[in-house]
Amino acid sequence: MAILLNHVNYIYGAGTAMETAALKDITLQIPDGQFIGLIGHTGSGKSTLVQHLNGLIKPTSGEIYFNGRDIYEDDFDRKELRSKVGLVFQYPEHQLFEVDVFSDVCFGPKNLGLSRKEAELRAYTALKQVGIADEYFYQSPFDLSGGQKRRVAIAGVLAMKPDMLVLDEPTAGLDPKGRDEILDQIAKLREETGMTIVLVSHSMEDVAKYVERIIVMNKGSILYDDEPRAVFAHYKELEEVGLAAPQVTYIMNRLREKGYDVDVDAITVKEAAASILNAVK
Amino acid sequence: MGIIEAKKLVFEYIRRDEEGNVEGITRAVDEVDMDVAQGEFIAILGHNGSGKSTLAKHLNAILYPTEGTVWVDGKNTSEDKNVWDIRQCAGMVFQNPDNQIIGQVVEEDVGFGPENMGIPTKQIWERVEESLKAVGMYEFRKKSPNHLSGGQKQRVSIAGVLAMHPKCIVLDEPTAMLDPNGRKEVIRAVRALNQVEGVTVILITHYMEEVIYADRVFVMDEGKIAMQGTPREIFSQVKMLKALRLDVPQVTLLAYELKKNGLDLPDGILTTDELITALQNMKR
Repeated sequence: MAILLNHVNYIYGAGTAMETAALKDITLQIPDGQFIGLIGHTGSGKSTLVQHLNGLIKPTSGEIYFNGRDIYEDDFDRKELRSKVGLVFQYPEHQLFEVDVFSDVCFGPKNLGLSRKEAELRAYTALKQVGIADEYFYQSPFDLSGGQKRRVAIAGVLAMKPDMLVLDEPTAGLDPKGRDEILDQIAKLREETGMTIVLVSHSMEDVAKYVERIIVMNKGSILYDDEPRAVFAHYKELEEVGLAAPQVTYIMNRLREKGYDVDVDAITVKEAAASILNAVK
Repeated sequence: MGIIEAKKLVFEYIRRDEEGNVEGITRAVDEVDMDVAQGEFIAILGHNGSGKSTLAKHLNAILYPTEGTVWVDGKNTSEDKNVWDIRQCAGMVFQNPDNQIIGQVVEEDVGFGPENMGIPTKQIWERVEESLKAVGMYEFRKKSPNHLSGGQKQRVSIAGVLAMHPKCIVLDEPTAMLDPNGRKEVIRAVRALNQVEGVTVILITHYMEEVIYADRVFVMDEGKIAMQGTPREIFSQVKMLKALRLDVPQVTLLAYELKKNGLDLPDGILTTDELITALQNMKR
């Protein structure tokens, strides 16, 4: 019952010629500890939705509740909300600025008004959580590789000790191994801390392997909200809105059409291989 | 000699610390030889930091070799007098669609290149029209680029290069920031350029599925060309690719897993159709 959106609407440029409804009547519950994939093509409203979760954007109408309280109530502490719901933007490494990795990660908790000692302790834990080794702590963040920079940026958000972590396209621009490494790290983080995680992505292949629930956005509305298998069963409809199911979904469906007794719900290569082996033996 | 040739190409840069003292020398491209024929579709793969973008920037004289030579259409890129001819011959498209569009209107943006070359006005308009048609953006010619999607913007960028009538187009991760639909649009446009217009294409990407249409694939690692061959030859080597921080298309990986478990399938299956045919043949 951590976050609840009740009939949220958001309109850009209301009253002008450019008026666009970015979110239309979104009702959504995000319970504690879920691992969610939020998917949609460019302009579908995912980023707008995500910015509502920690009060960066105020809905035109509708309410948002965090742990049961309306976040736009007068005495609600929105500053605390922003530390509880950590947002990692696209290309977060562009926001690194300090002289060394450790100071960069300390910046957030220090801003919360924590003591230097507590801030450093949190920075240390956060850097460990994203798998950055001690030897990098006092290097300039700008000397790190793309994947490492991104981890440091994520650590900067983790050091705020959020209950919920929202990552907007955390793998954009990384090579395939880099993509896997970041996603594995996020999955591990979730296992260890039980944190709620929302992964915004274009890639069904990435999401299929990790999340337990997928929310598909289209033109500002929620098109599907279900477990991955059920969502990918709509692979034809997903294509119509500019998305695609993982390649294996197509393979399995084509095989089924050709008369093979395979499991069309398989969403990872591993599951697909097992099911095909079964069918041909 | 092909449209692009590199011989023992080396590129080094000096790393400096904050006070400007020299810390060391990094060799980003290390003795690369390559020869690209007119009309080929070449894909370059490699992990982050493998040197592929640095290599690409040599192909239209943004960077000059530290050692070795690069010829574009027979012209040495290290000679100053060739720079303009080379940039006109080999156009470049970059990753971020928002960084390379300058016009207020799509057709103006596409006309910028030929205008700069001193082409007569009437011909500029002809070139703008044919370029926009080639990438399927003609109906958007009067629109503001701000109102286009990422994939559409990238196609306008490609049209802008095309209007300069290049023999070769180098695309440095043109789809990295796009959604699946945008990626499809851009790759479709690139393939059409190659097959219909006969433009030589050099495509740098992290998406393995975009590589399967290439004539040849180069895989870079530590500034060197670690592997080269047809997509089928490259994607047959699943283990080697993984060791180079890369991947194979999901269908190729699935076929590889099935083969490992005893099914009699050929190496390097690239498409769903191929896998299904192979499975059916196996049954008989």
